[in-house]
Amino acid sequence: MIYLQLFLSFLKIGIFCFGGGYAMLSLIQDKVVNQHGWLTISEFADIVAVSQMTPGPIAINTATYVGYTAAGGNVLGSVMATLALILPSVVMMTIVSRFFIKYGKNEIVQGVFKGIRPVVVGLIASAVLVMATPENFADYRSYLLFSAAFLAAYFYRVHPILLMVLGGLAGFLMY
Amino acid sequence: MYRDLFRVFFRIGAFTIGGGLAMLPIIEREVVERKKWIAREDFTDILAVTQTMPGVIAVNMAVAVGYRLKGIRGSLIAVSGAVLAPFLAILMLAVFFRTYRSNPVVESIFLGMRPVVVALIAVPVITTMRSLGLTLSTGLIAGAATLLIWLFGVSPVWIILAAGLGGYIWYRIEKHRKGRRKI
Repeated sequence: MIYLQLFLSFLKIGIFCFGGGYAMLSLIQDKVVNQHGWLTISEFADIVAVSQMTPGPIAINTATYVGYTAAGGNVLGSVMATLALILPSVVMMTIVSRFFIKYGKNEIVQGVFKGIRPVVVGLIASAVLVMATPENFADYRSYLLFSAAFLAAYFYRVHPILLMVLGGLAGFLMY
Repeated sequence: MYRDLFRVFFRIGAFTIGGGLAMLPIIEREVVERKKWIAREDFTDILAVTQTMPGVIAVNMAVAVGYRLKGIRGSLIAVSGAVLAPFLAILMLAVFFRTYRSNPVVESIFLGMRPVVVALIAVPVITTMRSLGLTLSTGLIAGAATLLIWLFGVSPVWIILAAGLGGYIWYRIEKHRKGRRKI
């Protein structure tokens, strides 16, 4: 049953995503592309691209989109995936807010988080590598676009939305 | 009050483009400076908590602020406010995509955007690496995690669990050492 699968998958993503939007991409990709085949790797790249230009966290955007697509164009799929994603946050944060206001300063929590921190870099890096496939890099022009965008974003801090728009325009003119 | 809470978080959800981290300074401005719902020290505490907890950071933040103000009902209202606009925006796009994705113009636009989005994810690899101040050993951990996920297809779930456990064990060892030094 697709709705149950969506619910369980995004519940897991909600429980295990640490370190913010980019770090959870490899987790979402693993579930949505590798395990269930709900999206191709190109569709996944497209939805991440769209997320850069629409409001809200990337994880929520992906959940809403995947839910709709995987359920064969049904809004209920979106609702299930999005609810499942935020459910662990709501439950855990409510408990923490109720009992441990100073939880962030707890030594054990700090210790655990210290272990996770270097791995967050690995999670983001693997998302880059996993997405750098022939499907997403069609030919030499893709590598040019990648290099130009990287330099513009890293050295000149060009805004991501502007870069996405320029990338789309370049694609429209070149292909 | 409930309506106000909903409205503030709806606005935060609707107007922060480009991910959850971009939302944090805006949440701070609304909640601490404009509405004065929460004192700045308390907000810093909440921020530390939301970043160590799993989950979408902006959602964690909405739950914490909502709960602080109006208990469980407050947290549910803040979360629904924060999520509603992104949900509707993507839903409309998903409907559009289903019809037009195979359109050659749309396809060519996405062909251009895909390498750009990969570049946009490559940038935080380096900035995060710098802000964490990776040493040789933590750098090796990061590298190992990358290879395990990318080459060997290990689920990131196991990597996160192992890293958390490793951090805990390291904390016990350090504590043990310090205890000995005192004697």
